[in-house]
Amino acid sequence: MDLLNAIVALANFVIVPAIAYGSQLALGALGITLVYGILRFSNFAHGDTMAFGTMVTILATWWFQSLGISLGVLPTALLALPFGIVATVALLLGTDRVVYRFYRRQKAAPVIFVMVSLGVMFIMNGLVRFVIGPDDQRFADGARFIVSAREFKAMTGLREGLAIKTSAGITVITAIIVVALLFWFLNHTRTGKSMRAFSDNEDLALLSGINPERVVLYTWMIVGALATIAGVLYGLDKSFKPFTYFQLLLPMFASAIVGGLGSPVGAIAGGFVIAFSEVTVTYAWKKVLRYLLPENLEPDGLVQLMSTDYKFAVSFAILIIVLLFRPTGLFRGKAV
Amino acid sequence: MSRTPWQDDRGNKDASIANPEGRGSRGFPETTGGTLPAAEPRPAASGSPFLIGENMTGGYGGADILHGCTVAVERGEIAVIVGPNGAGKSTAMKAVFGMLKLRGGAVRLDGEEITRLTPQDRVAKGMAFVPQTSNIFTSLTVEENLEMGAFLRRDDITETMEQVYELFPVLRDKRRQAAGELSGGQRQQVAVGRALMTRPRVLMLDEPTAGVSPIVMDELFDRIIEVARTGISILMVEQNARQALAIADRGYVLVQGRNAHTDTGRALLENPEVRKSFLGG
Repeated sequence: MDLLNAIVALANFVIVPAIAYGSQLALGALGITLVYGILRFSNFAHGDTMAFGTMVTILATWWFQSLGISLGVLPTALLALPFGIVATVALLLGTDRVVYRFYRRQKAAPVIFVMVSLGVMFIMNGLVRFVIGPDDQRFADGARFIVSAREFKAMTGLREGLAIKTSAGITVITAIIVVALLFWFLNHTRTGKSMRAFSDNEDLALLSGINPERVVLYTWMIVGALATIAGVLYGLDKSFKPFTYFQLLLPMFASAIVGGLGSPVGAIAGGFVIAFSEVTVTYAWKKVLRYLLPENLEPDGLVQLMSTDYKFAVSFAILIIVLLFRPTGLFRGKAV
Repeated sequence: MSRTPWQDDRGNKDASIANPEGRGSRGFPETTGGTLPAAEPRPAASGSPFLIGENMTGGYGGADILHGCTVAVERGEIAVIVGPNGAGKSTAMKAVFGMLKLRGGAVRLDGEEITRLTPQDRVAKGMAFVPQTSNIFTSLTVEENLEMGAFLRRDDITETMEQVYELFPVLRDKRRQAAGELSGGQRQQVAVGRALMTRPRVLMLDEPTAGVSPIVMDELFDRIIEVARTGISILMVEQNARQALAIADRGYVLVQGRNAHTDTGRALLENPEVRKSFLGG
């Protein structure tokens, strides 16, 4: 029985990665939930929007690196992030102008919008692969760890090490700042309140003189920023590959739906629920259990409930359970 | 309305309210003053009422619902539209507010022709409309509901908000609470308060007492009289014909989209024909 080592091992392999992954999912799910709440459709192009934003950020990062500009211990990508955001917002506003606005004028049914977003998804997907290619890109630079496992062991004398990657730290701090800003905007500014009002009751918002096109404009701008930030943080933490970003769509939608579509608080809670479920179900618990159980009960196998290849199955299962038993999600959002 | 979480119609979805071009180009009329109404005495066209929907004919696209129906309200008075189910009461009201296309007739506000204006433009002209259902932002707090009512205004709204709180004191206590958590009567107060935030000259209410208890109904009628006393014209559709006609300066009994009887509220209550056919003896 060695509680301390067990806790450290758990923190190192489950808690820290899940918090970082949960923050990334939460930021992605926030974008999905905002589009759903205000534009009233499930935006399947969100994963590829993230990929586009990340791609532009990577290109800008490479450009900065070639100029010899860096942020020291922090990744250069943070400096390039504003470029990614501006480009993504421009792409989204352009898409809205060319595609979505037409269907809005037709008062198209939500399912039509979903299909349209599917088309947009394929185009954005193609665009990203055309520009940067389908391969893995690494663009993280600066210090790799805030605390490395070796330093931690030397510091505490424990057998288990706790490593905190710089990217994980940056992810969490950025997520907190972004979410705080978003909530302040939605709850305390006139524009933010009008967005919530429009999401709540479109007809009454129109009767109150709220201009729908303005609300839509602000929504896309916020969504573009959120998607780029989420994508870049994910890319820094893992790596950038267009197909991975497309796959992220599932856990992000699961997060948004588990929390309650249209509810920003729900999106954040959902992000962490999904992240922690994925990580705990696919983690091999042998290491932690070895410290907790008496020697004769030590498990033989890995005690891994599911192989990591199946992590998407976890989001899927949670998604289905939520849709069956509580379709409005944890925070009473809109039903799908 | 069905209320399972699998279905959600998200508002009235009166396609005619939704103006794809956004709101009208007109800004909100700048007014100053202590009392609720923005109604500055203006020389109205002599002889014609303050707001009139005259000879209105039209419907939602298919067969006509209104057939030459006329409703009007004088400044600071209460006009009530009553009638049996399906008589086109709410439709007449929506027509006056521009929520359906008229094939014939005209709507005039203060002598000005507004037949072709969108509902949003009519709001800017000083008309306010409280729909029968989905008339509040349920997820917003009471105070935010009022703020959104005043969205078009760029001036200081605290005074108007104070007046709404004076009119509906219970809302002041619940100002930080989500409007969706309030009782039916309180929600109607929020809805009326939201409409009053634009400092309208005409307040249009579509069955404000639908689904509230009789005590709350009396209370709401009292408040409506109070609003009218401040100089705001009130045009109201009501199911509770007796009580509504009792407070009405003018009553309209519609039958099948036509004016059947038009008189003062009291005269209609005493009219044997109206009593027999409509008020139940």
